[in-house]
Amino acid sequence: MSFYEKLMKLDRRWIYLTVAIAVVIPVLVPFKVPVYVTPEAKAVYDFVENTKSGEIIFLAIDYDPNAMAELQPMARAIMRQAFSKNVKLLISALSQNGPGMAEQLISQISKEYNKKNGVDYVYLGYKPYFGIVILAMGQNFRIPFPADYYGTPLDSLPMMDGVRNYDDVKGIISIVGGNIAEAWINYANGRYKAKVFMGVTGVMTADYYPFLQSGQLSGLLGGLKGASEYERLAKQEGVATEGMSIQTIAHIVVIGFIVLGNVGFFMSKRKKSKENI
Amino acid sequence: MVTDLNSAIWNTLAAFLTFCIFSFLYKDNPFYKIAEHIVVGVSAGYFAVLLYWDGLVPKLWDPIVKQGKWYYLIPGLLGVMMLTRFSKRLSWISRFSISFYMGIATGVAVPLYIQNYVIRQLSSTMLPVHFKNPTGFFNLLIVIGVLCALIYFFFSKEHKGAMGSAAKVGIWTLMIGFGAGFGLTVMGRVSLLIDRVIFLKNYFTSIFGHIL
Repeated sequence: MSFYEKLMKLDRRWIYLTVAIAVVIPVLVPFKVPVYVTPEAKAVYDFVENTKSGEIIFLAIDYDPNAMAELQPMARAIMRQAFSKNVKLLISALSQNGPGMAEQLISQISKEYNKKNGVDYVYLGYKPYFGIVILAMGQNFRIPFPADYYGTPLDSLPMMDGVRNYDDVKGIISIVGGNIAEAWINYANGRYKAKVFMGVTGVMTADYYPFLQSGQLSGLLGGLKGASEYERLAKQEGVATEGMSIQTIAHIVVIGFIVLGNVGFFMSKRKKSKENI
Repeated sequence: MVTDLNSAIWNTLAAFLTFCIFSFLYKDNPFYKIAEHIVVGVSAGYFAVLLYWDGLVPKLWDPIVKQGKWYYLIPGLLGVMMLTRFSKRLSWISRFSISFYMGIATGVAVPLYIQNYVIRQLSSTMLPVHFKNPTGFFNLLIVIGVLCALIYFFFSKEHKGAMGSAAKVGIWTLMIGFGAGFGLTVMGRVSLLIDRVIFLKNYFTSIFGHIL
């Protein structure tokens, strides 16, 4: 068996081991890589940055714990930036396994900035059937959410005074890890013309660029790279920034394997065609 | 990370389950199965409780019992009719609920989907093509890419001659799209691994940091 044939039959566990080593070493020996900020990430940052103190942003934490690795750094950075500028946040969590996780994040960051529930932020929580919830919120937030996550009626919360629907918030930022993204585009932007920004997982990113180009999305953060761009802009270097150097090494390893695989494939194909002649 | 006994127990469990899941990379084993079943069980249990407290109680029980809105019994009945799916003899009853739901979903979604996923996307490919700045050139690439990709899916005429060349450009356009998708998927999957490795590093540092 030639080297190339051996390469084609390489046990995939060797690949897993190599990728694991490529990830573990930069975690133990950290270093930094430069992060290039894309215009679509800057658009999200500028939106929060240009929102005046006292104005409201709707922040949708629409992901489950399985997407935390990529999306939590975005949500954290956006919340910190908003609270540091005294921008108020109206928060929902429309992904079924996400409300508890979102509540943990909100209580942690609100404590950091000494922000009060009902005054500086309102957490609406979860309601089933996200499409219907998003549509109903376009009429009045009180239709799907008569009370907040903690059971307090929205009408008794000072921040909700005079706040009825998407017209009363500066825009929507959805940090989303599934097809809830489609509902925000379709209903909030399509039906109610609300300004929608999005932070999505790496897997979803390519699918949502067409909506950015068509103007249906006003800004886009894609995966851990998008999160690291945001952390850099907001000067809050965290997990995403730390992850970029590790990501770089892992990508080099993956590219190396793709090249090796292709070399093996073409060389063994050439050998076979020679044998046939 | 680990600040007290409570967090030490939970983080130790999380670290153990992380290793259980990673053990699948070597081969399927009982530890992986345990972790997998815990994920499925916890997710299903959490969602069931959430649906009860955020759906059934505020949307059905409270309106009927506390507010006396008896007409809420009609959607309640439609919901109960869905459960007849479990009986071969009575499953036909569930069709009423399903058709009601389908009718509403179709009525709400179809016009908006056509508007936002077809017309808006079509109009965003009708772009001014010029060579005054890079944008005009990129617009040309978008127009050519869209047209050629559409030609690739046009099967009524054989892909030969000009049609064949355009279809080939269409394939390349699709391949570039798939390549971008694949690259971003790799990034996403590696991000998950990075998160777990950073978690394990922080866990071991907080547990054994004083020894190391």
